Amino acid sequence: MSLTPKQAQSAAPTGRSRDKLQQWAAGIVLTVFGVAMILPFIWMLLSSFKTEGEIKRIPPTLWPESFTFENFGKLFTEMDFGTYLTNTLLITLFSFVGLLLNAMAGFGFAKYSFKGREKMFLLVLATMMIPGQVTMIPVYLILNSVSLTNTMLGIVLPGFTSAFGIFLFRQFMSTLPDEIMEATRLDGASEYRLFAQIVLPMSKPILAVQAILTFIGGWNSFLWPLIIANDEKLYTLSVGLSLLKGQHGTNFALQMAGAAFMVVPIMIIFVFFQKHIIENYNISGMK
Amino acid sequence: MKGPSRAAPYVFIGPTLILLAVFSLLPILVAVYISLTDMDLAGLANYSSIKFVGLQNYADVLGDPVFLLALRNTLFYVVIGVPLVIACSLGAALLINFGRSRAFKVFRVVYYLPSVTNVVAVAVVWSYLYNPGIGLFNYVLTSLGFDKVAWLTDPTIAKLSLILLALWRSIGLNMIIFIAALQGIDRSYYEAAQLDGASNWQQLTRITIPMMRFAIFFVSVTTMIGWLQFFEEPFVMTQGGPLNGTVSASLFIYQNGFQFSNFGYAAAGSFVLFFIIIAVTLLQLRLQRKQAEE
Repeated sequence: MSLTPKQAQSAAPTGRSRDKLQQWAAGIVLTVFGVAMILPFIWMLLSSFKTEGEIKRIPPTLWPESFTFENFGKLFTEMDFGTYLTNTLLITLFSFVGLLLNAMAGFGFAKYSFKGREKMFLLVLATMMIPGQVTMIPVYLILNSVSLTNTMLGIVLPGFTSAFGIFLFRQFMSTLPDEIMEATRLDGASEYRLFAQIVLPMSKPILAVQAILTFIGGWNSFLWPLIIANDEKLYTLSVGLSLLKGQHGTNFALQMAGAAFMVVPIMIIFVFFQKHIIENYNISGMK
Repeated sequence: MKGPSRAAPYVFIGPTLILLAVFSLLPILVAVYISLTDMDLAGLANYSSIKFVGLQNYADVLGDPVFLLALRNTLFYVVIGVPLVIACSLGAALLINFGRSRAFKVFRVVYYLPSVTNVVAVAVVWSYLYNPGIGLFNYVLTSLGFDKVAWLTDPTIAKLSLILLALWRSIGLNMIIFIAALQGIDRSYYEAAQLDGASNWQQLTRITIPMMRFAIFFVSVTTMIGWLQFFEEPFVMTQGGPLNGTVSASLFIYQNGFQFSNFGYAAAGSFVLFFIIIAVTLLQLRLQRKQAEE
């Protein structure tokens, strides 16, 4: 077994070693830029454990002299990060209702023929092209006219449905076999039971991806909470963090702790589920 | 396939259609209307005080030096940012796809990581890195013997600093799209080329890039649309300063709408931006069609 490659190598020694060299070169280039990509995160983490005095020192210390958790404590005592966290988790929870609605719509478009289906689906896709800047002000005015500004419902409603999400659900669900659904119907199941007990379990791959993306989106939500919430009681983590940046402009240790508090959970979730997220783009047919 | 219940499909799609109608379609009509009025904070409290002003807002906004500066800044972001994003994410995708070792899969995660993290948190971190006195970047520059850089206080450098941050954030997503496209290319093309003795470079320019044409087009259109709406980076890091040097069209619209409560004026500005986005997208579609015909 070891003979053939060796023979090949002696036949074309330059080509093979050149190929190996190119592999190494690619790896080294990627490593250098990769370090640059995660450097801000490393610097954030290290700085978040430094004291307020140490962080102002020049030259800066790379490794914290003594790890302090004081900054993280201050997030909850000097700032109201407990409330922000609760709000963020609530918004994330609500956005899962939106996820279910998207799945239902995707199923409706994928597996039923009804009057106006194509036109309605095109309309859904067309909403993707409307820039947020155009709808931002009227949506605020609409929510204001029904007294939903400064409420949790007002924060979550505008982002409830996602045209792209509906599109992905439709793409996936149209590949599900009709025979299984027909058989379930013959057993006397209603359309809604069919959806809940057959279609949803069969759609696990796309549901998993969408659930992760929904979580990340909810956790990171910034613009609507910022516009709709006047009251600090409704602030999310990202709005709270921009408040912190304004109030403690020079305390970078505290700022880094706030940033780390937001970023690290998402990083862990992402690294854990990255395979699903990355494969999402194969499901969407982007080839 | 016909379901036994005729109402079922409408029950499934109804809720989302209603929400999309209320939060995507109706707002367009509302925006058209208010862009023709002098709607402001007083108008919000009392609808009867709103006056119809015709196209006055459009005339005003197109003559507003700050809006024109915002448009020029946006052009700057697009012209420099979009080619950089495409080149860097394509480069990363090619290198990662080129690697045969499993270790290369780690790079996908590393390069994608900035894309999933929160923009405010990231802007807070980069503001610290860019800090003129105690920031890491200036420390590294001075210890290497270079001068300090006014990362966020010089109007032109500040724009470039924001582009660097946005570039860092947007490489990952586009890279993944490119990798998916690369893996969709039939291996047999490469095998045939290798038999003919084509070098790696020839395979790249004669097979890979032409086969990637659609993916590159897709990424350029979406990236262009995204950068025309450049908002969060200047909003969190510079608030449009110094001297409106980093204000983008989107930030101008936000500031006029929600900080100065000139809703009618801001809505007019948002339609100007919308028309620019449509025009640029149509132009790209046209160029693509022309290229495909050739």
